[in-house]
Amino acid sequence: MATYVAPVPQVAAHRVEREERGWTSWITTTDHKRIGIMYMVTTFVFFCLGGVEALLMRLQLGAPNNTLVTPTTYNQLFTMHGTTMIFLFVVPMMAGLANYFMPLMIGARDMAFPRLNALSYWLLLAGGLVFYASIFWNPPEAGWNSVVPLASTQFSPSGGQDAWIYLIHLTGLSSLVGAINFYATIANMRAPGMSWGRLPLFVWTILTYSVLLIFALPVIAAAVTMLLTDRHFGTHFFDPANGGSALLWQHLFWFFGHPEVYIMVLPGFGIISEILPVFARKPIFGYKAIAASTVAIAFLGFLVWAHHLFAAPVPEAILIFVMISSYTIAVPTGVKILNWIATLWRGAIEFRTPLLFCVGGISIFLIGGISGVFLATFPIDWQVNETYYVVAHLHFVLMGGAVMTIFAAIYYWFPKITGRMLSEGIGRVSFGLMFVGILTTFLIQHVIGLDGMPRRVYEYDNVGHLALYNGISTGGAFIIALGVLTTIINVVRSLKVGPIAGPDPWRANTLEWFSASPPPANNFDVIPLVRSAEPMKDIRREIARRTSGEDVGAATVPTGATQVGV
Amino acid sequence: MGHALPSLLGFFTPLSGGSPNANQIDSLYKIVLYIALVIFVLVEGGLVYALVKFRARKGAVPAQIRGNTRLEIGWTVAAAVILLVVAVITFTKLASIEDPPNSGPAGAALADESGPLTASLNRKLPPNGKALNITVIGRQFIWQYVYPGANEPDGLGAPYSYEEMVVPTNTTVSLNIVSSDVVHAWWVPELGGKFQAVPGYHNYTWFKIPKPGVFHGQCAFLCGRAHARMIATVRAVPPAQFEAWLTERKLLIAKANVQAQAARAKLRIQTGAGQVENP
Repeated sequence: MATYVAPVPQVAAHRVEREERGWTSWITTTDHKRIGIMYMVTTFVFFCLGGVEALLMRLQLGAPNNTLVTPTTYNQLFTMHGTTMIFLFVVPMMAGLANYFMPLMIGARDMAFPRLNALSYWLLLAGGLVFYASIFWNPPEAGWNSVVPLASTQFSPSGGQDAWIYLIHLTGLSSLVGAINFYATIANMRAPGMSWGRLPLFVWTILTYSVLLIFALPVIAAAVTMLLTDRHFGTHFFDPANGGSALLWQHLFWFFGHPEVYIMVLPGFGIISEILPVFARKPIFGYKAIAASTVAIAFLGFLVWAHHLFAAPVPEAILIFVMISSYTIAVPTGVKILNWIATLWRGAIEFRTPLLFCVGGISIFLIGGISGVFLATFPIDWQVNETYYVVAHLHFVLMGGAVMTIFAAIYYWFPKITGRMLSEGIGRVSFGLMFVGILTTFLIQHVIGLDGMPRRVYEYDNVGHLALYNGISTGGAFIIALGVLTTIINVVRSLKVGPIAGPDPWRANTLEWFSASPPPANNFDVIPLVRSAEPMKDIRREIARRTSGEDVGAATVPTGATQVGV
Repeated sequence: MGHALPSLLGFFTPLSGGSPNANQIDSLYKIVLYIALVIFVLVEGGLVYALVKFRARKGAVPAQIRGNTRLEIGWTVAAAVILLVVAVITFTKLASIEDPPNSGPAGAALADESGPLTASLNRKLPPNGKALNITVIGRQFIWQYVYPGANEPDGLGAPYSYEEMVVPTNTTVSLNIVSSDVVHAWWVPELGGKFQAVPGYHNYTWFKIPKPGVFHGQCAFLCGRAHARMIATVRAVPPAQFEAWLTERKLLIAKANVQAQAARAKLRIQTGAGQVENP
């Protein structure tokens, strides 16, 4: 390894402070990296809570006419599970990853508004605490989409429903503030030379994620405010007996809810687009097509919400329009998958854990994408929607597009965050368990749905092979849990004994690897001039040229960094 | 092998067999399934092939390709064309799924009910306008079915039943689905798709059962704690048997009304006249 030469700062590093320690330094921090870590740890805890809720549901459904939990508890479990996974895990986990890595990837020293950034995190935590406090009284039980009139005071009088409303408001504010912050940072704080065409693809997806949040969140905020005033202040927005509309909720909720799906999976697509080229040792295939398809998906994502209402009383013209718009969105999504395969094509693929999670995620997402075409065809949707078929579909989409990619991100970026590598062996075991577990749990759920079992039922009769199928699904859920547990063990163990990573262990392409691992408080002493979409390749090449003969791969990056790119 | 594929696909297709619309949805599903299987095998196969073939080996040099505009435009267009084909197939199937046929010659004799009271933008009636119109009312946690035959001017007095709907075979049955409290969804898989019952709205579907049989379903939209217990059964019987059943229902309901009236009169005497408002 080349000797480390302390770089001579070219630009005066602003406010390089001594590393602060102690718990108060975490509470008061405005450092995007520390906030990012707090986001990731908090959301992972919520992921585990949501996972336990899922396991309890699967235990209840493990046998026909089971009486492990009461119907009320079962309804509370699926409401908590869905709400937790969406609002307290996937969306904020993506925000956590973006918080830590987006400024590093664009060569910025922090977010545009560091104190607002801290506010985002604390609002998220407050939302999660308010919501989970309800388990000591009455948890909500109207489902994660809280359809009225079921969610009205008449049918859900308990305060749990209000806890759900406050969760939506607090996490919504958190996301909105965060999204504005991401947008402002990406628009204004990119390294010199980083034009839009050189923006890392993960950053492209975070930009799109932010725009989607900014447009979609006000709609859900309005809807839950209307629900709140209906429940407590005598309004009748959703009450048909007083001139309101019960259907209005479904429209408003899904006008937010469908873009929310892309809010959850687009950053995952960004993670795949970053990791594949690194381990295939090849540039991404069709950078422009991938960036453009991200934006296309985001735009079309606002035109398809009514495919959640195919079975509701809506006019035929809407059914047809939404079927076509939903088909249309499959095109840019399919293009992405083909681009990823083309990225692997003729590469020299290194099978490290992040790559495994990425290709596992792609193949799982593909199944969810294909079943999405069935659901977009409204006569077919009439048969399969609101059954276990749609449960399988949404879990293939989110397990592939979000969970697997988040795990890929954990394995890929853990060395940057902690300075230590995760164990490859344990990582492979975790991947294997999760991949097999997801297929076991959810493939059979298509058949459960096709055989007539609706979702959100706490019991079923053993008609046909439902007992066998549900047993398989329950077994699979525990395999997934083991896989997650294996990664937790890997993380805890590697914090102490993981090999030292160095600044650029993967020989990656983007600027976060230009900084030390973990990066110092100011991220970069020198911000390099960016000359392509893969600045680290240029930097390594430059170093190799100047120190010809030395090992390029292991070059300690900051060596001579002051001169690089000038 | 000749038998293996259809039975495997049967395992992976919706329930059907009770009504033409369910059968047509099933056949549309199978067409989409064939196309989907081909795409799934090609894409997943391409992914696995790339992973195996291009794994890092000694001396392997990754090709530094950044894209291929022609190829990319090609597969974008191809994806769009495949979806266009699926859309066209759906449109050709749509009429047979949405539009009810006339009742068969062996079906129940029905009055022409396409008067101004039942005409609707969304409700589809058979070409001759004759269908057995049943109102399906969802309520926590039971289905109620109201048959035609109101004998009072305000529409009251119609025969009804709970949970089990009895219908004549070979007869087009048109359902008007409503709710009296929260959102429910009517679904008997072998008789076609599910339709939400939303308070304040009407939703419509139909079925036509060729031969006697019993079909099971249940509420398919979360409606509260006993959602899983809100079951629905449709029993198809020959028209003569149906008429007999309906007559019996009318008699039972009339008898129950007389009994209720007597009980109310007794209550009025016990508690003092005029104490019970709106008997």
